[in-house]
Amino acid sequence: MSDLATLFKREAGPVIARLVRLLGSLPAAEDAFHDACVKALEQWPVSGVPAQPGAWLATVARNRGFDVSGSAHAALAEPLEAASNAPTREAIDLDRLDSGVDDDQLRLLFTCCHPALSAQTQVALTLRTLGGLSTTEIARAFHEPEATTAQRLVRAKSKIRGAGIPYEVPSREALPARLYSVLTTIYLVFNEGYSAAEGEALLRDNLCREAIRLARWLHATLPAEPEVTGLLALLLLQHSRAEARVDAKGDVVLLEDQDRDRWSAQAIAEGGALLDAALELKQPGPYQLQAAIAALHAAAPTAAQTDWRQIALLYNSLWQRVDTPTVGLNRAAAIGMAWGPNEGLDALSRLDASHFELSHWFDSARADLLRRAKRYAEAAVAYDQALTRVRNAPERRYLEKRLGEVRALLGL
Amino acid sequence: MKYLILINDPETAWSKMAKSDSDAMMGQYFKYTEELKAAKVLLVGEALQPVHTATTVRIRNGKTVNTDGPFAETKEQLGGFYLIEVPNLDEALKWAAKCPSATIGSIEVRPVQVYG
Repeated sequence: MSDLATLFKREAGPVIARLVRLLGSLPAAEDAFHDACVKALEQWPVSGVPAQPGAWLATVARNRGFDVSGSAHAALAEPLEAASNAPTREAIDLDRLDSGVDDDQLRLLFTCCHPALSAQTQVALTLRTLGGLSTTEIARAFHEPEATTAQRLVRAKSKIRGAGIPYEVPSREALPARLYSVLTTIYLVFNEGYSAAEGEALLRDNLCREAIRLARWLHATLPAEPEVTGLLALLLLQHSRAEARVDAKGDVVLLEDQDRDRWSAQAIAEGGALLDAALELKQPGPYQLQAAIAALHAAAPTAAQTDWRQIALLYNSLWQRVDTPTVGLNRAAAIGMAWGPNEGLDALSRLDASHFELSHWFDSARADLLRRAKRYAEAAVAYDQALTRVRNAPERRYLEKRLGEVRALLGL
Repeated sequence: MKYLILINDPETAWSKMAKSDSDAMMGQYFKYTEELKAAKVLLVGEALQPVHTATTVRIRNGKTVNTDGPFAETKEQLGGFYLIEVPNLDEALKWAAKCPSATIGSIEVRPVQVYG
């Protein structure tokens, strides 16, 4: 039975995407797909799983959807067709796509990641409709009550319909900005898996895998977009460290302390090759830059041999394009490694600390730099502050350990 | 679909402007309105007088209270609106971005309720 659950999850994305186009609404598509799965659960144990389960589900769901909406389906479907036939809209070479289903999923992905929806909503909607995750699974990923996630999804679909968010692939001029939204959503999914904000486990592997799966699919669908390639490279390069990031106790292992033999050489090789291919197109962008930084880490045989200067320079470029607090923080840390902790602290001091109110990262980075600058009393204060905000047990243990070291050095 | 474009900008910004700057803004608004008309998307649009000219009516427990001023004190104030009809939100957002006050205020795009 769990095999069927996995199958339904896998088929959800393409089938729902096609149904959205046929039925004209996301809620109708989801209901129809759900009904088809129920039918499958009844019939397949008896008749056997069909050779093409996706096609079976799509056909049954479509018929169900038309039954439910009655004669309304023609009227609903029409506006979508009109929108998709508008000559200026098609930025994607449809002849290059393997099947219409990729185009449907692409439309759905761009809709889920529309900037009129909040970042968290984009992630939730993408995980639901393209990842096939249940509301329960998404709620766990966000560390929020299931009712909150459920309401978020209901509101999102209501906004798509009520505010007229179009189901379409953006026009050529709008594509770069909209694509960035999509890539950021996928990266958020990955980060949710890579570093859980709460709870014991530092790695939420299925979220990471889901992000990689989406990025691979997007890369196969849009092979000529260097930022898409860059994102896939970045995810593979970061994920290459998965085995080494957490020790047997579940504690976080810093990059500098990780056993590099446990890094996946295959993922690094693939990520590196993808990055090279992207850079050939000579259209640099934030995800290619982040991938390049990850590649420099991956290329260092030992932590001591890390090319921090190059990394810091890449962060400068990234900071010019994406001046978010997180990038600013990582840049300051890299500057600290390249040119010394006091330089790093200087870069950190120029950031607006209020952005970090909810997270311990700023205090943690500051504490580490102060510790390395041998300013132990200030470091102790900063570690204390970080501890009041940390929400992840392995990271808490790390901070407590560092605080202990610093206090010992202070003779406390 | 119909969308109401609500133009919220800080009245203080307007009052601090040199006359040449506010004249220039008004010129931009005139152009903007003409563009909306030329594109055949404009249903109605008006500038509003400043919030100190507003009066707010509330009836509570059968009593009518008229208050001098807007319904709430806000950092930005409703200065005008456009009701437009366009195919989807992306089109509405494009027009909102062209509104001259977008650089100094907040342009809210609200879809009009459809019944039935």
